[in-house]
Amino acid sequence: MKNDLLFDFIVDKLAKTVTITREFDAKLSLVWDAFTKAELLDQWLAPKPWTSKTKYMHFKVGGKRFYAMISPEGIERWGIQEYTSITPKTNFKMYNAFADKDENPELPGSEWDHYFSEQNGTTKVNISIYNESLERLERILDGFTQGMKMSLNNLENLLATLSKK
Amino acid sequence: MRRDIFQAIADPTRRAIIALIAVHAMTPNAIAENFHTTRQAVSRHLRILTECELVKQEFQGREIYYSLEIDKMKEIDNWLKQYRKIWETRFIQLDQILLANKKKKK
Repeated sequence: MKNDLLFDFIVDKLAKTVTITREFDAKLSLVWDAFTKAELLDQWLAPKPWTSKTKYMHFKVGGKRFYAMISPEGIERWGIQEYTSITPKTNFKMYNAFADKDENPELPGSEWDHYFSEQNGTTKVNISIYNESLERLERILDGFTQGMKMSLNNLENLLATLSKK
Repeated sequence: MRRDIFQAIADPTRRAIIALIAVHAMTPNAIAENFHTTRQAVSRHLRILTECELVKQEFQGREIYYSLEIDKMKEIDNWLKQYRKIWETRFIQLDQILLANKKKKK
């Protein structure tokens, strides 16, 4: 695996926007699938030891994805996303909000914009997330922070295994 | 119990107060003039901000001046770093999936 892959994380507090850019050592079509197909999304979107499960996903304009992030203790935190714009293998936009288990969204949510491009077999993904309230960001973290501490150990093990290869 | 800093910035009025006193120290009356709420409401916000240790009070004669604790604002940056960490973890997981898919195709 290449280890010179770009990772940028820029926070603009005034614009309430987080911009994330990452390169992947894979073809664009595969990366696009990893972001737009439920069975692939569920494998990477939840930072371990959290897991992700998609109840349904209709990837089309006006379609929705209803999903949960599940804590190691089994607590489900539901979220709902609505796709607002799709240009296949180039761009998609969605509106993301927390929800209860009956699919009722808690507004305001956040606006997500994804751009995909490929150069020499490396795919670059640019994500910008606009949050109406900072409180929302805090809620995202509240849930994950505990899990993150544990997952850092997992990550170290994983990296150690990889570097032996 | 000490209040959480994120409680302080969760409220739009408190964020506006932070922006005001970031420029220079102000008295509660001067702060209140910038809002349509009551003086009591502003006092309540100032109390919460003080409890979060996000603002400090200075007495000059009979007046109390409120100013911003810059170091405390840096805590917010630390918290954003954790958000960054979540994305790092996600992407390392995604790298693994992409790698596994590539191998499958070969």
